[in-house]
Amino acid sequence: MEAFNNNLLEFFFILTGLLMAYTGFRVLLDQRHPARIQTAIFWFLLAATFSIGRFIPAYISGLMVVGMGILTLFKQVKIGPINQLSEEKAQERSKRLGNTIFIPVVSLAFIAIIIAQFTPLGGQVGIGVAAVSSLIIAMLVTKANVKTALREGDRMVRQVGTVGILPQLLAALGVIFTAAGVGDVIAGMISAFVPEGNQLLGVMAYVLGMVIFTMIMGNAFAAFTVITAGIGVPFVIAQGADPVVAGALAMTAGYCGTLMTPMAANFNALPVALLEMKNPNGVIREQLPYAILMIIVHIALMYFWAF
Amino acid sequence: MEYLKLIGILIILIGFIFKVDTIAVVILAGLATALVSGLSLLDFLTLLGDAFVSNRLVTLFFLTLPMIGLTEQFGLRQQATRLIESIKGLTTGRFLSLYMFIRELAGFFSIRIQGHTQFVRPLIEPMAQASTKNKNKHKEEDEEVQEKVKARSAAMENLGNFFAQNTFIAASGVLLIAGTLESLGYDVSAVSIAQASLPVAFIALFIVIISNFLFDKQLSKKTKSNSGKEGEK
Repeated sequence: MEAFNNNLLEFFFILTGLLMAYTGFRVLLDQRHPARIQTAIFWFLLAATFSIGRFIPAYISGLMVVGMGILTLFKQVKIGPINQLSEEKAQERSKRLGNTIFIPVVSLAFIAIIIAQFTPLGGQVGIGVAAVSSLIIAMLVTKANVKTALREGDRMVRQVGTVGILPQLLAALGVIFTAAGVGDVIAGMISAFVPEGNQLLGVMAYVLGMVIFTMIMGNAFAAFTVITAGIGVPFVIAQGADPVVAGALAMTAGYCGTLMTPMAANFNALPVALLEMKNPNGVIREQLPYAILMIIVHIALMYFWAF
Repeated sequence: MEYLKLIGILIILIGFIFKVDTIAVVILAGLATALVSGLSLLDFLTLLGDAFVSNRLVTLFFLTLPMIGLTEQFGLRQQATRLIESIKGLTTGRFLSLYMFIRELAGFFSIRIQGHTQFVRPLIEPMAQASTKNKNKHKEEDEEVQEKVKARSAAMENLGNFFAQNTFIAASGVLLIAGTLESLGYDVSAVSIAQASLPVAFIALFIVIISNFLFDKQLSKKTKSNSGKEGEK
């Protein structure tokens, strides 16, 4: 069963790679694209790590990742002209479809959960099966053809863009940190303040570490990799905490930091501009009490629930 | 020097603060960490390639994009707008609590929305303002309440978005937690992480409902004291 699951999962990775490669082809054929060749190369490289990454030497995949990094560093990956959503068309279609338009999105979550809970396929394969079946449901509901579905997939892939691979890259960075022993160094430093074995102080260090690092960087994902390797594992998980509970809570603890930082411009500065507010920090000030309360909730939950 | 190994963290900090391209910053942080730890360039490329490929799961959400694009094209957002518009006769606080609930539900079903531009500005904030029946005597008080309602509408969006998004098993946050823990040697499933994210979503909603209840009381007190003054005249 496990071999079957792994093959099925590999199939979904290949499929994801083909979706990325499709965007590569669309870009390559689009003469109006401002960075046609470079953008196409980015998507082809990413597609290759997904579709054939398992079958080629690892250092070649590594080279491809570095290649993607060089392209994004020099801002050579661009969205280009994409089919914009037509407001009137969507308005007219939504009147015709009504609430049935919600069926595909709801089925995505339901199918994924049902497969994860009630079949031996597991959660990872569940996501793949749910993605493909909800797309089929969406095509049935909207009566759209394959071409339209592919075009919309291409539009979304480009809109998500290069930052879409950031979480995966951060998880990979975690592997490098572990191999280099970064976690051990931080653990050594922190142990001057937090005696190893004190669960409450360990939990507080993990939660507050997530909050503070997220506030500085404006990004909870990056903080998660660093803080989990350095504080979460030695001071919380290695002390007997459930990694699932501790990990899940650490991430949302990071979001408490996002609520309080001007570094997260998309969330805290954008609405100030959109709503024409007078105080540039008005949203952060409003969120401050919630954030502090939720930090306390996180510490309590992790301490009492993870152990 | 053991502390040299922390150079990667320093690079990430500086890179993110100065908004250098995030992907390049992360790769550079990995490269620097590997080199100061005595790994060769080839070791680094092997490690990076292997780690990237074995964490493909984190980006599996790309496979859901065609479906999401298709439903957007066929009016997902417009229909959601219509549903919210049909809500009438609620107090400001209750309306905002309801939006927070809807936002959390959207997170659970992985309905990706850019809430601030697509919902808060055109829909939620105006509807919340309308329901305050903001008729204070002094203009300054009016503006103060208006500003408060604006901030609150934006806060509902962020709170609902942040604390509920990880209840969906293919959320990129969930997959990153699973991927990172796996990299660090702990085998965990995305499903159990999504389940462990449920209590926080409920607690956040609970806190918001109480806070909005108090906000309603505060608002009605204000209007009452104002109409009282009006009566004395």
